[in-house]
Amino acid sequence: MSATLTFARKRGLDTETWLQRLIVAAGVLFLLIALLMPLTTMLVKSLQNTAGEFIGLSNFVAYFSNAALTQSILNSLNIAIWTTVIVVSTAFVFAYALTRSGMVGKKGFRILTMLPLFAPSLLPALSMIYLFGNQGILKDWLPVDSIYGPVGIVMGLSFWAFPHALMILITAFSNSDARLYEAAKSMKTPPWRVFLTVTLPSVRYGLINTIFVIFTLTITDFGVAKVIGGQYNVLATDIYKQVVGQQNFQMGAVVSVILLLPALVSFIVERRVQRHQSAQLSSRAVPLQPQKSPLRDALLALFCTLVCGFLLLVVGMAVYASFITFWPYNMELSLNNYRFDMMDGGGWASYFNSLQMSAWTAVIGTAVIFLVAYMSEKIKPMPTARKLLQLLAMLPMAVPGIVLGLAYIFFFNHPQNPFNAIYGTMAILVLNTLVHFYTVCHLTAVTSLKQIDGEFEAVSASLKVPFYTTLRRVTLPLALPSVLDISVYLFVNAMTTVSAVVFLYSADTTLASVAVLHMDEAGDIAPAAAMAVLLMLTSLAAKTLHWLISHQILQRTQRWRQC
Amino acid sequence: MTSILKKTLLAAAVALTASGAQAATELTVYTALEADQLKSYAKAFESTNPDVKIRWVRDSTGIITARLLAEKENPQADAILGVAATSLLVLKKQDMLQPYKPVGVEALSGQFVDKDETPSWVGMDAWVASICYNRIEAEKHGLPMPTSWKDLTKPVYQGHVVMPNPNSSGTGYLDVASWLQTFGEDQGWAFMDDLHQNIDRYTHSGSKPCKMAASGETPIGISFAYRGAKLINKGAPIDLGFPSEGLGWDMEAAAIVNGTDKLEAAQKLMDWAVTREANALYNDNYAVVAMPGVAKPVPNYPTDIAERMIDNDFEWAAVNRARILKEWQQRYDGKSEAKK
Repeated sequence: MSATLTFARKRGLDTETWLQRLIVAAGVLFLLIALLMPLTTMLVKSLQNTAGEFIGLSNFVAYFSNAALTQSILNSLNIAIWTTVIVVSTAFVFAYALTRSGMVGKKGFRILTMLPLFAPSLLPALSMIYLFGNQGILKDWLPVDSIYGPVGIVMGLSFWAFPHALMILITAFSNSDARLYEAAKSMKTPPWRVFLTVTLPSVRYGLINTIFVIFTLTITDFGVAKVIGGQYNVLATDIYKQVVGQQNFQMGAVVSVILLLPALVSFIVERRVQRHQSAQLSSRAVPLQPQKSPLRDALLALFCTLVCGFLLLVVGMAVYASFITFWPYNMELSLNNYRFDMMDGGGWASYFNSLQMSAWTAVIGTAVIFLVAYMSEKIKPMPTARKLLQLLAMLPMAVPGIVLGLAYIFFFNHPQNPFNAIYGTMAILVLNTLVHFYTVCHLTAVTSLKQIDGEFEAVSASLKVPFYTTLRRVTLPLALPSVLDISVYLFVNAMTTVSAVVFLYSADTTLASVAVLHMDEAGDIAPAAAMAVLLMLTSLAAKTLHWLISHQILQRTQRWRQC
Repeated sequence: MTSILKKTLLAAAVALTASGAQAATELTVYTALEADQLKSYAKAFESTNPDVKIRWVRDSTGIITARLLAEKENPQADAILGVAATSLLVLKKQDMLQPYKPVGVEALSGQFVDKDETPSWVGMDAWVASICYNRIEAEKHGLPMPTSWKDLTKPVYQGHVVMPNPNSSGTGYLDVASWLQTFGEDQGWAFMDDLHQNIDRYTHSGSKPCKMAASGETPIGISFAYRGAKLINKGAPIDLGFPSEGLGWDMEAAAIVNGTDKLEAAQKLMDWAVTREANALYNDNYAVVAMPGVAKPVPNYPTDIAERMIDNDFEWAAVNRARILKEWQQRYDGKSEAKK
């Protein structure tokens, strides 16, 4: 009797290990197929001619001998450097104000700075036209001739990249040690010196990290440059022009490889910095309590008001313009611009496709990403495969959307590919978006899983509870807040992304964000703004819903955190 | 991943049952028609052919042409409707069109039909270059209405002219092709060199310059008459200008893609495209249509537009298309800040 029981248990454990192995293997296979193989195919394509014969570096030679194309490298660098300088310095002061000052209204400022996260990057660009275009309401404020070009791109990107920089810098400023400041105070160190010798060093890793993140975001951006760039070409718009305009896929692959380089470099630097950062704060550190200082706080509040004013102005302008009947000659308000069915881009159907695509991405993506993160964190077998899994999960961050999209054409449109059937369907859009935004979600999941004590798994295992039961009854409920975070992050980004999906939609799966682009191409700027506004409102609604739900759930399931 | 696979299967199943219920052939039609025309054309065709459903793939002429050429080995389109005749001539030379003689094609005027015994393409209407001129903005900058193409190269217009990029826009290409024909090759390029000095921006689509003029983003947009007339009806403060050297034009045309497995449905579309009813529909948008005697005057169009059109050599424009576009790109594309 007892012998049969042991036997049964042992067998149960075996199937369990097998199941774990199977899931880890499936996770690795998934990332290989959905990420690494498409990218490899693209690299190979950049070394081939149109007939598919290997021609070495000829495409690259052709690229570098075309001055018009190589000019884009300089243009892209120019844009990225300017935007990084503006965004990082603004976000630095802003984050300082939020974490270290006694300024009032911090919560309000914090919420307002989140706004750009919910807008497609095309929205600020369209707004720029209404603000500073030839008929713009603030045209006279513009110090240069025309908003169409580098100035417009930098302004649009600054809006869009700001919250990303702010998030990292707030975290950096939050890790402070009050003891250092007390020591400085007792030694009567002047404030500027405290700033240089205490404050700055304590945030240096966060600062370096921010610089590289913003640099990567802006050098790879496609949407803003496409709308407001005028004749100013950058690498990402060149890829689009080569692929869509001239169907020159090989040259598109060449530009993609070039665009991949700066992203990869900053990715590697960022990983290195990350490693240093963790050891910085000792467990004996005392958190700093911000002190009030009327003059400084007033100045910082003014600064934050100006920045938030700019963000609100950009959003508000797009919303307002979307209701104007015929800018600038008929300023009556109407809903005419929301009749998308008379426009390019697929009309209202595109909006509903986007909703559908985002919902699928959120549901499937959250499940896949969380399960993979769980497997790589919480189980024991196949250490090498799990290492590989972790490495692959970090890679999507370094791959610009437009490059990933092109890689998907090469890989999935190949007639011999067994997955060829998903080409042109909703499934490829979901897969592509999931992979595109994989890394941040993975990191969120891993962070929250690390917070959960490994003892749970150990105890469960010794009680012979299968891992999936522990996952379902213990780990998942504990990690629920981050699971919800991941799903809403995926939903919002799937709604607003343009760069990766612009190559992958078909006549039946047109998307709203791409429709914004096409309406702008056709000259219908107001309807484009209207669709961008609609996307932003939808994302905000999803976020609000997320907030309500997680608020409810937190109260029910996370009471242990308060103890 | 399994869920994605499941989803794909599910989607496929839904698609299958949906088309099964309607029992209609889905015809993939590549088009460069304006987005606001697609619905009425599809509705008219499908009401007489309920067994065929049109699935539009729309983009600018240059994009659609490039896409058709790129897909040569593995065509995705069944038919083409409303794409420039110059582009269709290029496709014909590559053997990519399936010749077919639509029922009733005899009723069309000769120059709107491919000259072969069994025509490879049939014309629908002509769209004609014109200048969209914003009265209010032009007055602000002191710009007179240009009466000839050459006028546009005068220094006064510097930075105030927008035109479509011929690589993506069919309207852009018909402009370039007409200048090269009217002025001769050397003079034509010299003219464009001068014009380039005044161009603020080259746009993706042929409509956009006129829409920009209509909203005051630019005083002058080189575009086509249909878009201008539409925008005037909408209340835009623009006038249409018809330069004295003559107006470039191209035909919108229809054809069957060689290798389609929906030949019968595609032939129905061709039969429809030459009917009086279809021509009347084209006339809602264009003053010159393929069937003589159908056209009624279009609001805001000049009545004598047919006389202002140049004697266009489509054959020449098609044969030299790739060469001209390459040359144009080398001269003017990618040069940032054109006006400085």
